[in-house]
Amino acid sequence: MNGPAAPAGARVSDRRSRANAFAARARRDFPALQQEVGGKPLVYLDNAASTQKPDAVIDAIADYYRHDHANVHRGMHELARRATEAYEGARRKVARFLGAADPAEVVWTRGTTEAINLVASAWGHTFLREGDEIVLSTQEHHSNLVPWQLAAARAGARLRYLELDDEGRLLLDRLPELLSPRTGMVALSHVSNALGTVNPVAEIAEQVHAAGALLLVDGAQGAPHLPIDVAALGCDFYAASGHKMCGPTGIGALWARRELLEQMEPYQGGGEMISVVERDYSTWAEVPHKFEAGTPNVAGAVGMGAAADYLTGIGHAALAEHERTVLEYALDRLAAVDGIRLFGPPADERCGVVSFLLDHAHAHDVATILDADGVAVRAGHHCAQLVMKHFGVAATSRASFYLYNGTEDVDRLVEGLDRVKAIFG
Amino acid sequence: MTEIALSSLYQQLILEHYRKPRNKGVLPGATVEVHMANPVCGDEIRLHLQLDGEERVQAATFIGQGCSISQASVSMMTVRLKGKTLDEALALAERFTEMMHGSREAARDRKLGELRALQGVSKFPVRIKCALLGFDALQEAAKRVRSQADSPAGG
Repeated sequence: MNGPAAPAGARVSDRRSRANAFAARARRDFPALQQEVGGKPLVYLDNAASTQKPDAVIDAIADYYRHDHANVHRGMHELARRATEAYEGARRKVARFLGAADPAEVVWTRGTTEAINLVASAWGHTFLREGDEIVLSTQEHHSNLVPWQLAAARAGARLRYLELDDEGRLLLDRLPELLSPRTGMVALSHVSNALGTVNPVAEIAEQVHAAGALLLVDGAQGAPHLPIDVAALGCDFYAASGHKMCGPTGIGALWARRELLEQMEPYQGGGEMISVVERDYSTWAEVPHKFEAGTPNVAGAVGMGAAADYLTGIGHAALAEHERTVLEYALDRLAAVDGIRLFGPPADERCGVVSFLLDHAHAHDVATILDADGVAVRAGHHCAQLVMKHFGVAATSRASFYLYNGTEDVDRLVEGLDRVKAIFG
Repeated sequence: MTEIALSSLYQQLILEHYRKPRNKGVLPGATVEVHMANPVCGDEIRLHLQLDGEERVQAATFIGQGCSISQASVSMMTVRLKGKTLDEALALAERFTEMMHGSREAARDRKLGELRALQGVSKFPVRIKCALLGFDALQEAAKRVRSQADSPAGG
């Protein structure tokens, strides 16, 4: 984008046609995208809320139920062996996807929310004491706020907040003054769900560890878009959701350093998580099973494993390049819309999320009119009320992109906004 | 969703009330004031009613922010409330709710006045809550007025 005008322009148009070819190829893998809404081909721009599912994932789940289902672990028969292998095989896939060397460091959860609740509850119970401090930011999704509020209230601990700048970046130069020997945990998002801001996790991890605290990363919006290497990120906990990365709902993963999992008290009690049960006490199973009470979501795990394979097959570098092209195009085109207010940092500091407001038209009216045109966006506070308060707004409209969105989808979005303006003037 | 549904949702009358809401502002000396919000979308209003001794609405105003449907609906509602008794106001709320749930008969009821312009909202299930926000506040206001009247300490 920085070169002389003509060649740069040519390169840009090359990149855009490559992005559209990439999106068109990907779209073929997603049956739900082969439909019309409002008489037009569906343009699905609500990926930060949940992504659509490729055949590879749908088939993996169906095949599992058609052929291999039984309860996992301890079974002495063929299907129990197959189900256990599918379940543990999926754990190895997701561990690889997150860059974790040891699959035992991956705990299956219902999603990012449960993963964070698990840490807030089990780590909190084991380690958090009165007077301790937890550092959060006002960028967080409610799922990375409320569990800590609950844990802090139980322990008598205090919450401290890292604030944002005008473009929705963390004010990291204020981190040192928030960290102290009282800090037990710092919990931050990898990527903001409301703004798309990508946070420099590795840099933060160094400071957090230097202060003797732990770092939890809410990776709900990171894992779907960025290559994840928990070792390189240097965090202590990383939480992700299956459904935001082409996998099914109701499944997610918590990666944590093994010694932390070993030290932490269990989260829930029940079958699967015990070693020996006596009348008055029990002993716990090895990690990660200690944190997986009850019959797990085996099909969900299989689906998330298939999603990890699917995305690995696409390739993180190709995905990132694609998303960057579409995002840059979207920011350019949207910035040219009259009366629009865009939130968040420049393209090189964010993932494919664009939050915006139009003069005269409320975010919900925008979403309703776009929907009538077959363009799916989200409107509201995006479970990030502190972000909304930071910008002094009640709600925004949010378009969020994924591998199957091309620049033509952005064109449809902008056409829809013209229609909003025609109605609301 | 069709073009027709969309144009029936965003009728000129609704847009006009959204752009130039009636009775917007605080009401000094209000008998009752109710704050009502939809936590899902962040729409909110504060409804002020001034009632006389016979529970008749002397004045109704609101302040608030939110989508065109919630703000136009409450604007139209305040116009319609003036001069009505609380019972009549509650009957209006009930009628309006019936219209939102698809009753054609309610939608023909002249008692609803301009509020009938909101009939199209019934075809957008996720927006019905927006249209009902003002009426939810009205119902809460009536409840408060009456519980005060019932309580021995009340006026």
